Amino acid sequence: MSFWEYLGNRHQQLLTDAYQHASAVFQCMVVATLLGVLIGVATYRSDLAGNLATISTSTILTIPSLAMIGLLIPIVGLGVAPTVIALTLYGLLPIVRNAIVGLRGVDPSLVDAARGIGMSRPAQLLRVELPLAWPPILTGIRVSTQMLMGIAAIAAYASGPGLGNVIFRGLASLGSANALNQVLAGTLGIIVLALLFDAAYVLLGRLTIPRGIRA
Amino acid sequence: MPETSGAGTTGATAGAGTGATTGATIELENLSKRYPGNPNPAVDNVNMEIKAGETVIFVGPSGCGKSTTLKMINRLIEPTGGRIRINGEDVTDIDPVKLRRKVGYAIQSAGLFPHMTVAQNIALVPRMIGWSKARIASRVEELLDLVGLDPGEFHGRYPRQLSGGQQQRVGVARALAADPPVLLMDEPFGAVDPITRDHLQDELIRLQHELHKTIVFVTHDFDEAIKLGDRIAVLRERSHIAQFDTPEAILTNPADDFVSGFVGAGAALKRLNLTRVRDVEVTDYPTVTVDDPLQEIFNRLRSSGTNEILLLDKRGRPYKWLRRGDLMRARGSLARAGTLVHDTVTRDATLRDALEAVLIDNAGRVAVTGRRGEYTGVVDMETLMNSVHELLEADRLEALEAQHELEGARADRTHAEQEGNGGEAKA
Ligand SMILES: Nc1ncnc2c1ncn2[C@@H]1O[C@H](COP(=O)(O)OP(=O)(O)OP(=O)(O)O)[C@@H](O)[C@H]1O
Ligand SMILES: [Mg+2]
Repeated sequence: MSFWEYLGNRHQQLLTDAYQHASAVFQCMVVATLLGVLIGVATYRSDLAGNLATISTSTILTIPSLAMIGLLIPIVGLGVAPTVIALTLYGLLPIVRNAIVGLRGVDPSLVDAARGIGMSRPAQLLRVELPLAWPPILTGIRVSTQMLMGIAAIAAYASGPGLGNVIFRGLASLGSANALNQVLAGTLGIIVLALLFDAAYVLLGRLTIPRGIRA
Repeated sequence: MPETSGAGTTGATAGAGTGATTGATIELENLSKRYPGNPNPAVDNVNMEIKAGETVIFVGPSGCGKSTTLKMINRLIEPTGGRIRINGEDVTDIDPVKLRRKVGYAIQSAGLFPHMTVAQNIALVPRMIGWSKARIASRVEELLDLVGLDPGEFHGRYPRQLSGGQQQRVGVARALAADPPVLLMDEPFGAVDPITRDHLQDELIRLQHELHKTIVFVTHDFDEAIKLGDRIAVLRERSHIAQFDTPEAILTNPADDFVSGFVGAGAALKRLNLTRVRDVEVTDYPTVTVDDPLQEIFNRLRSSGTNEILLLDKRGRPYKWLRRGDLMRARGSLARAGTLVHDTVTRDATLRDALEAVLIDNAGRVAVTGRRGEYTGVVDMETLMNSVHELLEADRLEALEAQHELEGARADRTHAEQEGNGGEAKA
């Protein structure tokens, strides 16, 4: 069976896998973004806390994803849970780091001005600091998403959802008729998804970065 | 120029029923700031009373604590000792956010938020204190107008689309937005070129003339201080007040070497900036107008004690200087006779401007004009010299008197202390 015939026959299954893949990555990204920005906001003002947050998240990143998922299985079982936890943890690092860098990079005289005209602390954060730190945070989100696309494929090892299943099935039956097609379809699918997400982020940037600070 | 007459004084600018709050008094009492980890206080026991509607300038060398003192007034920096009272109300312990909404704040390079438009920047404080949308919109227009920016053109621009001077104007507009009685300015014009700075200073003077806010303004440019201040506080290290007085008094009678060092060379020349042409004697000069018959012009020339008369145009504005013989040489044609008047000064010009004009004129005099450019008199070198001598002499006498009074008071106090119980002699 040629690759195109394979796609024609299996497109239903492939689309479902792709959808689940995208959906898992998207949902984990939402959680990772919220958590990451919160951690950033909570730690950027203190040298110690900020460095601690960056170091601990980058330590997580050095754990091989297969090992991480393997370690999670005995704790949370198979399926969606280890996938979501692993993806969220991996997604945190670029977001936390960029949130801290972005928030620390806001011109101190602007914070002084915000305070000086009578903004409360939450207003300073929401109206001045976070909007100004948003471009680097968004970059962090893009990097995270790209990374999670690949890591999500490993989730199939723990019976998680997504295109990883197709790839693993192919790898398990190497030498059989469709093995190569499966691996190829899964990999290409992930690349296409990654490109689509990236395009969406460009659009999101256009919509959410105020014109006054757009490069 | 204390101005306490409440609402209505600035009705002309009060388009939205705002812009009518005049200044408040500010009292600093034993105000101190000790930064953690530094044994010496950055600001040590400052006592100062600022009148309502007054512009007070803090000048002093870098690091002497000007900004720290200023920022304690709106508690951007929390004092470690002392009290702050605004209009008699002790604000040392009230909610700082509330305090700051009543105190305008403008800083160097404007501090505009780059992600907000000009209008959004200005609208921030009115929004925070809950004004209606309509009221905010009209206030923004009014303020842009007030600081000399066309509302239609600048309303929707982002800060990066403005020049430094324009940004600074918006910064001042934002500080004035909710019509606070007090305006704090920390080297607001420090980052713009000298010509723009000069314009902005003139604008601030004009604004203050309309608004009568209490302004506390930090600079390390003494000339800026002289130009803007009703009173100047010359500060030395730890914000100790070396002298707190009118620009005139500081120029003519610096309290000590530190202050004279700060005043710098040319105090007498700087003094000229503080006096206007209308304050000196403007002499009358023989004049004729272009409509007068030639014969009469001849007669005036011959009969006048000076060997020169001033020819005015149809609207009474200085036109030409005519000397004896000029008309003869031009064969009786007024159009060709005499030398054109190049430079005039208004009655509002400073003596320095007048001196400049007199020095450039080869006959050593300049015509003074009124509001519509009409002739009102002439100032010459002699008048200027005499006036300046009188001014300096008067300043000196006044300063001496003040010093005597001070010494007298001091002597009385020591006397009283010595007579009182000896146990508190060290107090
Ligand atoms: N946050 C801080 N922590 C510790 N010391 C500080 C802090 N801010 C200012 N200082 C010190 O306090 C002193 C006064 O500083 P301040 O900023 O008030 O000076 P300034 O008169 O405004 O100087 P400049 O003209 O340079 O702006 C300086 O010696 C400075 O080093
Ligand atoms: Mg300063």
